[in-house]
Amino acid sequence: MPFTPPSLDYHALAPEIILTLVLAVVLVADLFLDTSRKWLLSNIAAFGLVAAMVPILSLALSETDVRSMVDGAYVVDNFALVLKALFLGTGFVVLLMSINYVEDGDYYEGEFYFLLLCSLLGMVVMSSSRDLITIFVALETLSIPAYMLAGWRKRDLKSNEASLKYYLLGVLASAIMLYGMSLIYGFTGTTVLADIGEQMSGRAAEQPMVTLAIVFIIVGFAFKVSAVPFHSWAPDTYEGAPTPITAFLSVASKTGGFVALLQLIYVGFFGRDDIWGPMFGILAALTMTLGNLTALRQTNIVRMLAYSSIAQAGYILVPFAIAGSNGGAAADSAFTASVVYLLVYAAMNLGVFAIVIAVARKTRSGEITSYGGLYEYAPGLAVLMTIFLFSLAGIPPLAGLWAKLFIFRAVIDAGTSWALLLGVVAALNSVIALFYYATIAREMWMSPVPDGDKTPIRVPAPLITALAITAGVVIVVGVYPQSFANFGDLASLVP
Amino acid sequence: MLTAAIFLPIVGAALLALIPRDREDMLKAVALLITAATTIVGLSLLFGFDYDDAGSLQYESNTNWIEVINSRYHIGIDGISLPLLILSMVITLLCVIYSWDHFPEPHNPKAFLILMLVLETGMNGTFAAQDLILFFVFFELVLLPMYFMIGVWGGPNRQYAAIKFFLYTLFGSALMILSFLALYFKGGQTFDIPLLIEQGGAIAHGTQVLIFGGLFMGFAIKVPMFPFHTWLPDAHTEAPTVGSVILAAVLLKLGTYGFIRIAIPILPEAAKSWAPWIGLLAVIGIIYGALGCLAQRDMKRLIAFSSVAHMGFVMLGIATLTDFGINAAVFGMVAHGLITGMLFFIAGSIQERFGTRELSRLGGLLIQAPRMGWMLGFCAFASLGLPGLAGFWGEFPAILSAYQPAEGLSELTFRIYMAVAAIGTVFAAGYLLWMLQRVAFGVVKPEFEDAHIHDVHIPEYIAWVPLLLGILVFGIFPHLLFDMIDPAVGVVTNGVDALGDAASAAGR
Repeated sequence: MPFTPPSLDYHALAPEIILTLVLAVVLVADLFLDTSRKWLLSNIAAFGLVAAMVPILSLALSETDVRSMVDGAYVVDNFALVLKALFLGTGFVVLLMSINYVEDGDYYEGEFYFLLLCSLLGMVVMSSSRDLITIFVALETLSIPAYMLAGWRKRDLKSNEASLKYYLLGVLASAIMLYGMSLIYGFTGTTVLADIGEQMSGRAAEQPMVTLAIVFIIVGFAFKVSAVPFHSWAPDTYEGAPTPITAFLSVASKTGGFVALLQLIYVGFFGRDDIWGPMFGILAALTMTLGNLTALRQTNIVRMLAYSSIAQAGYILVPFAIAGSNGGAAADSAFTASVVYLLVYAAMNLGVFAIVIAVARKTRSGEITSYGGLYEYAPGLAVLMTIFLFSLAGIPPLAGLWAKLFIFRAVIDAGTSWALLLGVVAALNSVIALFYYATIAREMWMSPVPDGDKTPIRVPAPLITALAITAGVVIVVGVYPQSFANFGDLASLVP
Repeated sequence: MLTAAIFLPIVGAALLALIPRDREDMLKAVALLITAATTIVGLSLLFGFDYDDAGSLQYESNTNWIEVINSRYHIGIDGISLPLLILSMVITLLCVIYSWDHFPEPHNPKAFLILMLVLETGMNGTFAAQDLILFFVFFELVLLPMYFMIGVWGGPNRQYAAIKFFLYTLFGSALMILSFLALYFKGGQTFDIPLLIEQGGAIAHGTQVLIFGGLFMGFAIKVPMFPFHTWLPDAHTEAPTVGSVILAAVLLKLGTYGFIRIAIPILPEAAKSWAPWIGLLAVIGIIYGALGCLAQRDMKRLIAFSSVAHMGFVMLGIATLTDFGINAAVFGMVAHGLITGMLFFIAGSIQERFGTRELSRLGGLLIQAPRMGWMLGFCAFASLGLPGLAGFWGEFPAILSAYQPAEGLSELTFRIYMAVAAIGTVFAAGYLLWMLQRVAFGVVKPEFEDAHIHDVHIPEYIAWVPLLLGILVFGIFPHLLFDMIDPAVGVVTNGVDALGDAASAAGR
């Protein structure tokens, strides 16, 4: 059979192409710029991200809703566009958070932005991957730069540990997942998710090994999204990594994992909810509960936020658990709930980390007690932090509430007693979570300044921009959720 | 109009945020202006209200808000909401006046006033919301400012009290929102309260009972009813004066209001199944609160426990599910707001002058500050339900209504409740007079003999006289309020009455 090159839709691929060009430019420019002008690199990267947004907008406005390439292995639909925009936005905010951090910390700049863009490219590709191999390639593209970024503070042992732990467990997860994928290919003879989906209700579904394969794939991604009991790398990695990278891992990389799961479950394995339904249920309940209970005991803010983001992942797993119950009655609302939660979670978690970076510029400490009396010398930061924390806790009228509400809606829509039980567990967990979020608020507002040093914090302009973006999203969505809900609805997945 | 009444305070809060922290006079002036303007809007609502049609929603607006979940920005007020809305506005205004130069430590009037204004938006919004999600947002909006108010400006044990208050209420809210969602799916895919009132009765009995259970947890914690009341004494004791006043006068009413506005009319059948238990917890609350009062050594704690007892009367009125009982309950809510708000004001002023609220260290207030002493006496009598003052019209009809509960409820049970509640009033007289004796009568304790105790200040006069007048006026002319409430209560009990009619028709 002669090889026919697949027809490519360059409009649909434009965001990826622009990203690739920009990251190449960053890498090359780094070679020719002397140290005093390295700051240009972050600007190039930032403009690159904005430029990549342009084709996403034009694709969103264009008449064609679905652009499918390579026999359905690569699909640009509304879901992909929404998620791509989310990844680019997240990347932009992380970049803003990094600029001063990397400059002041005297870390390598060119490589930092290059790797950040590489990882983002992986995520952008992930949003369109509807094929096992594409998913795997995207996953590795987004993970490998992240392993290195986690160790960027190379003179710090904790950062080395962060990187190594993340790398070893990440590779283990990839191996397990790949094994699962190879089994699936063996039984179905295809790697395209839509074709797998068709076979899942047929002959291939009878095979017991398919069960094992699905379990393996889910376990692999459970590492990626740090679901309990596969979460052990997360707190150490988050604590050791540079804080902007922690923000990046806890938001973008985690979202990448969830995006892959959404595509795998809703397109590929939907017929086998008897396997993944209970599995996600257990994962979700464990992740929420253990994440929250462990977060209660933390004294370091980054570790606390690490456990908090584990718990948040637990909430996002809830809709997965109920998507297939009752014959898939709640599949639509569960899907919307996942997407909306990912969008909202990105804004509020990035905001929290932006504050952590700003405060650490002065206190040089990650202890929760170092937030004592923040309100007295940095009222603006304290108010914003309060907003982000209570949004994470789901207190109205902030964005986090609606994200939770969508999950509860999906739970009640499913209506089975297991779903309701999971809903009650989620509800109780959000009460537990409030306790540790409020602990920080309490330190900021009600405790004295630990060392009595009340000089105000000077927040650099990029960080202020990052805070303005995230706070804006959290508040606007909080007051007028319709603005966001549209995205959730739009993002119906096309196989 | 109504929208302005809700959002004016939060706009004011945003304005205050722009004024620098050291311009204290300007901050206070703006806050006063905003709360006064809100109250004027409230009064114009009051005068423009069509009293012949108090049973239906007025000043309605209903626009799209969150289309995906079919939740709308639907607000409107009827005869039950109106007095509570006005109460909330007036109390906030008076609190701003009272705080004029009473800002508790650590001072910072800017943040304090901002929180007060945000609080007002939450309270006003809750009383006007006609959509469950909107109601929930406003209901919860109240939590944050109150948490900070207690936690930052409170007494020595403030952090514990603040987080306890927050966690208790949030626990209730979590179950409440699940119930709201269940209502959405079972009640015809809508969050609209008037629509749900029409359709809610169709939900199967078992489901109704479950949903009511979730709502019950949410509202009962807020009221607070007997086993869920433990956050209240702590919160009240530690909160700054103004926080206690708002908490007692308005926040507790959000719970009872929820029962009247949402739980009972939408789920009449479940309400019937739950009513005996609610009544039981209510009378336990009455007796327990009263006994708790007798054991207190701290004046604010005593008043806090008296709130548990008084809210017990309100809940007993609600549990009868009759027009009469719910009328009494709404009246009781307003009266309790005026009286207990006033008591907390006085307790705060005493604390400020003597530096203590220990009953055993106080005494002879009538000698050192006779006017304040008389005011305390007046409020104590109002609180114990002396006829002619507002407290009587909340308490007495509530007891009376238990004689004849709604059709289908056991008369015997409720008559026992009635007897127990009547005993509760005796206790109430006991502890209030006891408090009055300890604080106002007797001789000045040696440690305060030489202290210069200032009698009532001008800001205190301005803040207190309206409340005192209110207590007197509603005591003498209760029909002012009953006329407004009654038609709206008719709507609430419609569902329950319909059940009763159906039952008696079937029996015949």
